[in-house]
Amino acid sequence: MLISVGAVTGLFVWCLFKVLTGKKDPDHLAHVEPVETKDLDRR
Amino acid sequence: MTQKKTEAWSSKIGVIMAVAGSAVGLGNFLRFPGLVADRETGGGAFLIAYFISLLVVGLPICWVEWTLGRFGGTQGYNSSPGIFHAIIRKPWGKYIGLLGFIIPVGVYFYYVVIESWCLGYAWHSFTGGLDLGKDPTTYARFFSAFTGQAIDGSTLGFTGPFLFFVGVFILNFVIIYRGLSKGIEFICNWGMPLLIVIALALLVRVMTLGTPDPTKPELSVWNGLGYMWNPHDIAKGLSNPAVWLKAASQIFFTLSVGFGVIITYASYLKKKDDVVLSGLTATAANEFCEVGLGGLITVPAAFAFLGASAVAGGTFALGFNVLPQVFAGMPYGHLFGGLFFTLLFIAAITSSLSMLQPGIAFLEEGLGLDRRGSVALLGLVTAVGCTLVVWFSEGLKALSTVDFWIGDIGIFLQGTILIYVFNLVFGTERGWTEAHHGADLRIPRVFKFVIRWVSPAFLTIIFAMFVLKNVAGWNLSFTAPVFLPTEPILDLVGGPGHPASGVARLTVFFLLLFAVFTALLIRRAGQRWETR
Repeated sequence: MLISVGAVTGLFVWCLFKVLTGKKDPDHLAHVEPVETKDLDRR
Repeated sequence: MTQKKTEAWSSKIGVIMAVAGSAVGLGNFLRFPGLVADRETGGGAFLIAYFISLLVVGLPICWVEWTLGRFGGTQGYNSSPGIFHAIIRKPWGKYIGLLGFIIPVGVYFYYVVIESWCLGYAWHSFTGGLDLGKDPTTYARFFSAFTGQAIDGSTLGFTGPFLFFVGVFILNFVIIYRGLSKGIEFICNWGMPLLIVIALALLVRVMTLGTPDPTKPELSVWNGLGYMWNPHDIAKGLSNPAVWLKAASQIFFTLSVGFGVIITYASYLKKKDDVVLSGLTATAANEFCEVGLGGLITVPAAFAFLGASAVAGGTFALGFNVLPQVFAGMPYGHLFGGLFFTLLFIAAITSSLSMLQPGIAFLEEGLGLDRRGSVALLGLVTAVGCTLVVWFSEGLKALSTVDFWIGDIGIFLQGTILIYVFNLVFGTERGWTEAHHGADLRIPRVFKFVIRWVSPAFLTIIFAMFVLKNVAGWNLSFTAPVFLPTEPILDLVGGPGHPASGVARLTVFFLLLFAVFTALLIRRAGQRWETR
């Protein structure tokens, strides 16, 4: 019981932490698309 | 993309809450504990099979559905038929998405009825109407009368159960009319945390019950936990096919995979929105509610008050017969009973809303209806289906028939289709790359092998076993196999001592009509999509 309940609780808390501390949606900021450098490199 | 997208999630946590809300339902708090507590097929062996099934079927198909859904959304489609049309790019492709409309809407026919029972029971608990004394038969009679199990149509009219049903039915459509973000996301953002808070409060209450009757020291919460969770004979259990079938089925049903819901919800994501961590978080939320909360509340409480015999009665019996007796026996029982049924109602409404959205999405993009029109048409279709379930209430025959053919067989079929389309049509490599666009987390590489080979094989075997057991009546024995027709089949064709059921036949006929009607709508939608 302890292993099962502990594992799912730990996983849930870890996932929530990752979601809440992860990258923010760029659309919510005054977002500028990053400059694509692939073509520049090719040139 | 030729169609302007008008709906979107307002936040990442919002879509996670919505998917988790869709997955967390009555099964988390009533079905799962009963399966773990089963003396023959429960215990440690069941849990091992359960977690293996989670890793090889549940989580991989979840990621597949999120990935295909987001891809479909970037192509301008939000419904299952539209998304399969975009993926397969053949005239028949859109029909593969048929089940993605039929399953959620079909399950809604009866799920909203059960949801209204939960609200009704919450009301009666809070107001003391469920304090029916110590005689167990009184509770069974109350449940039978509330659900109209004795006579067909006995709840119709100006009765409490019917008013609860009408109220809950309308409430679902009012919320869905408000749209994805203001309706579903808003309800799930408030409902899911509230559900967890209520569950934690109930958990504290159950864990502090001790030994409710000092004259029966063996009936304690701790013995209840032991009864449910002690491992039994793990090796013997794992060699029993029934254990694997029950574990894999529970994983499949509890995560809402193959339901047509996740694929629709994910289609409202943007191309660079994460699906890997979001899918994992929604799955983890469901598992936390199921194993961490559901697994510790209902069965231990029932055991402490009524003993082992009360636990083995199935989902409805545990929820609506046994637990009201338990709450009636504890101090402030009407309050805790009310909270418990409120929890079930929240779990149910966040799921029922998710069953409507795939239908709304299809009617809007397939037929070009606006929100008002799609809500009205879906409301009409579901009202007809729900009337069938509410009217033919005797023995809950119509409800159990829809549940079997749509809620069991249909979901397995759709899940199997999903994993094969992902691997054989979309391409595992392409899908793997697609899943990692904008991902906040990398899926361990071993899952690529699992998705390509293990999940389809495992799912095919489990689906075949499910059909052999529940349709062909196999006794799950390899050494001495016996095949006896099961109740859903006998209801249709009849047999010795079991005449065919007119209600079951009518229900299946209605479901076939519904499927044909949906296919015609998809054909019309296809003509519209071809002209894009």
